[in-house]
This record gives sequence, structure tokens and C-alpha cells, in this order.
Amino acid sequence: MISAHALTKTFRDKKRGEIHAVDKVSFSVSGGQIYGLLGANGAGKTTTLRLLATLLQPSSGTATLAGYDIVREPARVRARVGFLAASTALYGRLTARETIQYFGRLNGLDDAVIKSRTAQLADELDMHAFLDRRCDTFSTGMKQKTSIARTLIHDPEVMIFDEPTLGLDVMAARTIVRFVRDCRARGKTVVYSTHVMSEVEKLCDRVGVIHGGRLLAEGTLAELRAAYRETDLEEIFVKVVGAGPQVAAPVPPLLS
Amino acid sequence: MLRDRRTLLSMIVIPTLVMPLIFALVGFVSFKVIRQARATVPAVMVVGGEDSPNARNAFLAHDKVRVIPTVSDWKQLISGKQVRAAVELPPGFDRALERGEAATVKIYNYDGEMRSSFAVDEIRRFFAAYRETLITARLAQHGLPATLVKPFEVRTQNVAPPEKVGGNVVGGLIPYLFILLCFTGAMYPAMDLTAGEKERGTMEAILSSPVARVDLVLGKFFMVLTASLGTVVCSMVSMLLTVLVGGVLMASPGGVANGARGLAGMNLPTLDPLGMLAVLGMVVPVAVLFSALLLTISLFAKSFKEAQSYVSPLIIVILLPAIVGMLPGVELNARLALVPILNVSLVSKELVSGVWSWGYLALIFGSTCAYAAAALALAVRMFNREDVMFRV
Repeated sequence: MISAHALTKTFRDKKRGEIHAVDKVSFSVSGGQIYGLLGANGAGKTTTLRLLATLLQPSSGTATLAGYDIVREPARVRARVGFLAASTALYGRLTARETIQYFGRLNGLDDAVIKSRTAQLADELDMHAFLDRRCDTFSTGMKQKTSIARTLIHDPEVMIFDEPTLGLDVMAARTIVRFVRDCRARGKTVVYSTHVMSEVEKLCDRVGVIHGGRLLAEGTLAELRAAYRETDLEEIFVKVVGAGPQVAAPVPPLLS
Repeated sequence: MLRDRRTLLSMIVIPTLVMPLIFALVGFVSFKVIRQARATVPAVMVVGGEDSPNARNAFLAHDKVRVIPTVSDWKQLISGKQVRAAVELPPGFDRALERGEAATVKIYNYDGEMRSSFAVDEIRRFFAAYRETLITARLAQHGLPATLVKPFEVRTQNVAPPEKVGGNVVGGLIPYLFILLCFTGAMYPAMDLTAGEKERGTMEAILSSPVARVDLVLGKFFMVLTASLGTVVCSMVSMLLTVLVGGVLMASPGGVANGARGLAGMNLPTLDPLGMLAVLGMVVPVAVLFSALLLTISLFAKSFKEAQSYVSPLIIVILLPAIVGMLPGVELNARLALVPILNVSLVSKELVSGVWSWGYLALIFGSTCAYAAAALALAVRMFNREDVMFRV
């Protein structure tokens, strides 16, 4: 389970001065839920996810993941989180199996566990055909499947996916969406960032719309539809973002 | 790592095969060229001396030069390297000698050209001997002994053990090579493990693992250090083999050995093997320093190319002190012992000649270790800085 409290990240830029990449973002996700973080490029999605994955330290505010605080116990958090970054890539000279094994070892797993987990993930993600091929020969879809497998080798309670279907063909994207749904079925806590509206509609139990570093609207799809009197998510998104951070009153976060 | 051709090339192939090959080739070629130049009797011309048959005929009889018929454009022939040198006998040379008048023999040469200088040496040797014969004859005429004008002889003899001679000849070169290899060996992996990982997008993945950042830095650092020292060890082994094999080759056929002996200062230098090992020991903290420094610098870069542009100019910074250490006359003192790289270069020169100054050794090892530790601490700090790790 995830609960973020007024997460804030400020960067200093020589030309632009202080930038609030993430501005007092609070939300919570419980086990067996998929939380969709919806936002345009540069809205603050990636920074929020990096804060949750403890790659960056918040300027203020904090969050707990699987019961551990991201500021005080970052290593414990990382051991329970699988973070798939949008810009992630693979070591071209390793095979898929070696990649997964390498990350298994980084997570302190022993080889027997890695072996059985690899077999399980290869089943679920349909990877057996290319498991022993070198990653530099892979298609985008194969790469993304391998990335997901190495992210989840330690079977984390919390999964954070940053735009996992970016640049994938329909079939590969479907496999991944199905896989994320299976994770929810097993009781995992999932945060899923995207700007593809249809994926949000298919997958997410709750949605947060982030823009300019601030969480402008949050709720289940039904709640958002009711609040903005629109059925189409894209229209809702445009309404939320178009209203701008200065006018919008965020839908009060409903704590579950 | 072993699937990476670039690493293999810079760490193993270049130091073990290419470097000794280059050295052996350069050595062999220069050795052959010099030997051939020595073996060829130089072609020279005699200008003037038609009225001095005694001196002229004596010179013509000298078998270390080949006198060819004089032509009018002899100066151009020397410039054109067709004739090595020319000797000019002044008019009335024989007569002047008989009367005991002062006379000057002129030698025309191509300055700085090796084969021309060999010819000049030969001409000088002939005229020195000719002068001596004349002196001895004149003294004998007056019933005086030859020692009157040459009361004593001067001769030089080397008493330094061969490894000391070797230490001075190649002692500067070996640490220079080691320092260079140490740097180049660390360069590629350091850039690949920092800027390279950022560029590929694998850095974020390993940062998301539960491994602490300090451990990640240390892991990368030990990898780079291994590559750096591996390069040095590979090159040292191959260098020793080259010297051993080269020594056998030089020693076996009599002709080559004679040729080698004929070249002053070209005696195959012997090095103190224990000193070589000590040099390796001194290079270890330098390798630590380089590895940590290279990691830190290339961590700043976003891409491999950017890292290269930071690191390549550093080679000059590294080489400068190493070259200064090679210069003759620069000797170790307490202040220089604190200058990184230069100190190791200087002390290595001593070590391969079998000189062990324990105080300096301790000072240099200690100070280099301190610099290395500081560099490593800096690398760890950089790894903890978000603006460095996620530079956009």
C-alpha cells in the first residue's frame, strides 16, 4: 500500500529559478488497486514516481510504501518496490535470462529463487522464445517484457510503472496491460502512469490527474465523470488541465 | 564485460600484443638501419690535394671510406645524400707539413644526418691517426720518445652494475608506460559504467535496487580498478616476455650480437625484477586514484561521448608529470615526493635501478593513497547528488 503526504520536489535551475516539479501531492493506493497517474509530458509524473521509488529525495512531505517511509528507510522501500522507469533500458550484451538474474542478485535473492521466479515471469509475459538471446537483438516489445521481468524479479508488494506501453505495438501492449491486471488480482499495489486514456479506462481503479506538478483531480472514474459531468476521460482531462492550477479545486481525495 | 570488444581491445590486446610488437618493431628497424649504416663503407670525395700526393694517397688507401672521383657539384651531392662527406686538402698541404707550417683540413658534411656523421667520424679518425704518425716520425727524427707530446692516455670504464645502467636508460620509460596504461585501462570501463549507463538508461534501474549507493559506487570502482591493474599486469608480463625472447634472439646469432655490442648505449638493459614488482606496487594507489577520478568525472556526463570529451584532455594532464619524471636531472626530493604521478614516476626510476629509498617510498605510497582515498570519497559523494545522477 502507498500513501503520499504533501510530496514536494523543488529543483533549482540557473535560468528559470525554482521549479516545483512536484507540489504537495497527496494520494493513497491500497493493495489490489491500480492507481492511474494521468498527465501530459512534463506534468511531474516521472518525478513523483522517482520520489516514491526513493531515487530522489523529497524537498518536503513524505510517503510510506508497504509500511516504510521513503525518507527514513529508502533501502527497505526499494526492497519492496518494483520500479519500471520510462527511460529504462537493458544491457545489450546480456541475455534476457542473465539480465533478470543480475537484478535478482542485486535484490539479494539466491539462484534457486531467481530460477523459479524467472520461469514464472517468462510464462506470464510470454518470454520463453527469447529468454536466452542477447538483449541488443530484441524488438521494443521484447525489451519491455524483459524490463518488466527484471523489475519484478523480487516479487515486490508495490509496483510502479512509468508509461510501460510507450512505443509498443498493440499485441505487446495488450500483454503488458493483461499482466498488470494479473498483478492486481494477486493483491499487489500498482501505480501506473500514462497519457493513454484508453489504458486508464481499462485498468485503473482510481485516477489522479497531475499537471504543473500538482494533483488537480483525483477519484474513481465514476467520481470524476460525475464531478466534471463528462463521460469521456479525455474530455475530463482537458477540463481539469484547462482550468489550470490556479482555478481548479481538486476533488477532495477520498481515503479508502 | 568479456563480450565487449572495446574493453578486450584496450585491456588485453593492446598492452599484450600491440605495444610489445610496436616496441620490438621500432627497436628492430632502428637497430637494422643503424647496423646497415655502420656496415656500409661511406662514399666520400676528396677536394683539392692534387699537389699533396702523400696525404692524398694515404687517404685513398684508408679502407674505411670509399673515395669516389670528385665532380664539380660535390656540394649538391652531399645535400642530395648521394655522397656522405667531402674532405678538402688545402693547396700545398704536403709541403706545409714538411715545413711545419699550420694547415687546415676541411670536412664538408650533412649536419644531423646519421650516415654523413659516420663518414665524418671516419675521416676524422683517419686524419687524427695521420697526424699522430707524423708527430711520432718527427719526434723520432729528433731522437725523442712519443710520450713527449702524449704523456698519458685517458680511458673511460663503466663500473655501474648493468641493472643500474638499464634503470637510467629505460627506468623512466617503464613507469611512464605503466602510468599511461593504468589510465587507459581505467578509462573505458569508467566511462561505460557511469555516463554509459546513464545514456543507455540502465543507471535508473540499478539505482532502484535495494543496494546502497555506496555499494554501487564501490562495485563500479573495483571493476574499473581491476581493468586498470589488469591492463598494467598484462603489459608487464608481455614486456618481460619480449625482453626475454628479445634477449635470446639478440644473444644467439654471433653477427647480431656483435652488431649490438658495436652500438654504444644499445646494450640490452637489464632491470631489477624485484624493483619491477615494487613499481607495480607503487602503481596500485595510482590506479585507485585514476579509477576514482575517472568515475567521478565521467559521472557528470550524460553520454559516453560527453564523458570522452571530459576525459581525453586529462591524458595530457596525466602524461605531463610522467614525462617530467623521465627527464634526466629531475631527482626525487621531499617536495616532489608529494606531487602525484610525478613522485611515482621518479621513484620508479630508482626502483628499477635497484635503489630503495624507504623514506621516500613510504611518503609517496602514503600520499598517493591519501589522494586516492580523497578521490574515492568524492566519487561516493557525487553518486549521492541528485543533480549529478539525474542531470538533464
